[in-house]
Amino acid sequence: MNLKTEQILTTDGVPLSISLKKAERKNKIKAFLLVAPLLLFLLITYISPIGEMFTRSIDDRMITNMLPKTFKAMENWDGQELPPEEVYASFLSDYKVLVENKTQGKLGQRLNKEKNGFNSILKKLKRKMKKFEDGNYKEQIISVHKRFADVTYWQAMKRTAPPYTIGKYLKAVDMYEDQNGDIVQVEEKRRVYKTLWIRTLEVAFFVTIFCFFMGYPIAHLLATIPVKYSNLLMICVLLPFWTSLLVRTASWMILLQQQGLVNDFIVMIGLVGDENRPQMMYNKVGTYVAMTQILLPFMVLPLYSVMKTVSPSMMRAGKSLGGTPFVSFWKIYFPLTISGVGAGSLLVFILAVGYYITPELVGGASGTLISNNIAYHMKQTLDWSFASAMGLMLLFGVLAIYWLYNKLVGVDNIKLG
Amino acid sequence: MALPSYTETRYKIWHYIYLTICTCVFIFLIAPLFVIFPLSFSHDEFLIFSEKMKRLDPDGFSLRWYKDMIWGTKNPWGLAAKNSLMIAFFSTIGSVIIGTLAAVGLSSRHMPFKGLIMAILISPMIIPLIISGVAIFFFMAKVGLAATHTGIILAHIILGTPFVVITVTATLSGFDHSITRASASLGSTPFNTFMKVTLPLILPGVISGGLFAFVTSFDEVVVVLFLAGLDNTTIPIQMWVGLREQLSPTILAVATCLIILSTLVLISAELLRRRSERLRGINR
Repeated sequence: MNLKTEQILTTDGVPLSISLKKAERKNKIKAFLLVAPLLLFLLITYISPIGEMFTRSIDDRMITNMLPKTFKAMENWDGQELPPEEVYASFLSDYKVLVENKTQGKLGQRLNKEKNGFNSILKKLKRKMKKFEDGNYKEQIISVHKRFADVTYWQAMKRTAPPYTIGKYLKAVDMYEDQNGDIVQVEEKRRVYKTLWIRTLEVAFFVTIFCFFMGYPIAHLLATIPVKYSNLLMICVLLPFWTSLLVRTASWMILLQQQGLVNDFIVMIGLVGDENRPQMMYNKVGTYVAMTQILLPFMVLPLYSVMKTVSPSMMRAGKSLGGTPFVSFWKIYFPLTISGVGAGSLLVFILAVGYYITPELVGGASGTLISNNIAYHMKQTLDWSFASAMGLMLLFGVLAIYWLYNKLVGVDNIKLG
Repeated sequence: MALPSYTETRYKIWHYIYLTICTCVFIFLIAPLFVIFPLSFSHDEFLIFSEKMKRLDPDGFSLRWYKDMIWGTKNPWGLAAKNSLMIAFFSTIGSVIIGTLAAVGLSSRHMPFKGLIMAILISPMIIPLIISGVAIFFFMAKVGLAATHTGIILAHIILGTPFVVITVTATLSGFDHSITRASASLGSTPFNTFMKVTLPLILPGVISGGLFAFVTSFDEVVVVLFLAGLDNTTIPIQMWVGLREQLSPTILAVATCLIILSTLVLISAELLRRRSERLRGINR
């Protein structure tokens, strides 16, 4: 038997399978071309700048470029005893170039961060070096200040040689690289960033919890009452959702101020006296209250869309099989809505972790979060590489949560309205 | 929702507790917005309810803050409103065009790497705004677009397109592709098919995505704070400055206008959603 499958040909004589593949490829390219403008636009204006944030955050080339000869000479130095004459000589010639360009101040500041006392001896060197004679630079430099004979200073300088550093990331978690190159924590009372990270997580976590406990009952109510009522009540959820964030924050600033309505109310019911009205704004309370109200719609909407799909006959079946309302709620209704709970919590948590506006306005000093610190370093201290490092850590955290959620539940379940 | 007459007392009580909780939450959600209305008509400069206002005395109320908002000499609101509207208008157009194109491409079953590309396209929505702000600022500063209208418009296109992509892909998910094939088999060009057949059907999704993009741009402050110079001040920036420095009733007048605007947006979004569901034959 010599059966050979005959190839089906199109009218042009081309095998059908090839012709089909060609058409498919054409379709693929067509679809891709439609997406391409947006994809390219985002890659250029958005994704690549985020990548740039990364290079910026680890970039330490400034000093590498300032002392090229020194670091070249240091390659042959073992780093244990005082460096040889060659290192001293090349350092002096590098430093002379910097003084000519008037950029020696930056070097001093940077080295001083690595080892205290560097800046002052460099300034002294600048004054004295004009009188230096040729040759035997090691001795002459040491004669300027005895710290130049201290090997730890040269070791500190050598540590700045690599063009990249993780110093900014260490700083963001209150750590630093000490003189021996070990990574250690800063002293306890100066640990500011760790507190900030913990506070950010804490606020995001509790805001999510509050939103859940407030959002679940009203989403349930919206999903179970007749449509004509639920449409009306839905406005209460959607109007804040569409209203400007700043307007909502402003309304909380009015309500929570010391002469505000909330304070008026608790004085009226006699909870506190008129003279000691509590401070409810410019601290954590303000951040919690305002953020919960602002993020609540993001919890209610996904919950609502999931609860809409739960048939009421489920609960009736539970009850008819002898379950009390509580048992049938807990064993039947709640498990059916768990994907909504997940989606809502994810949205609220991710939004809360990166919140900037509301904490800045009502948070005061004790209610600000990591984003506020990022903005502070971008605008006030202009330490952009540190801001980038913190931003990327936040980004990484958010993406990790998102990825985890996608693994567990699937992101496609998120719907708004 | 009425309870059946045979309900046990304890469940009745529980039911009323549940309704009370719901009422409280609804008040918590909506009430703050209504504080702004009366205070924006206040006659005083202080942002508290004066004795006169509590007695509903007409002397306690005035339109002076609205007048100040429109005709006030030092007030930047005119320029801010002009800038905001212009930036929102152009960024919405930009977002809608490239967002809709991308959504149509993404909905094609031939699209390669769908998951990855979708993730990139909606990333500006997921990534915290502060990070977007920093990244976009670095880019705009590098290409010399910081403190220009163009820079802010481009930034808002970045932030607005994910909404367009999401709403349009959602509309297209219920789309019957045989009608485009029918149109093609009747000799229509792909462009013509898109304009005459596809677009009218997905229009509600496109417009509601556009509304999202418009509101995003009109309300956006974090990224603009990084990008804006003195000439590109927007309404959110002015509100931000006002809220940080001193809370004047003029801000409340502006806020009232913004609430009215968002009510209009809400109504149109809701109408569009219903129309879209009707067109797609979804009856819930």
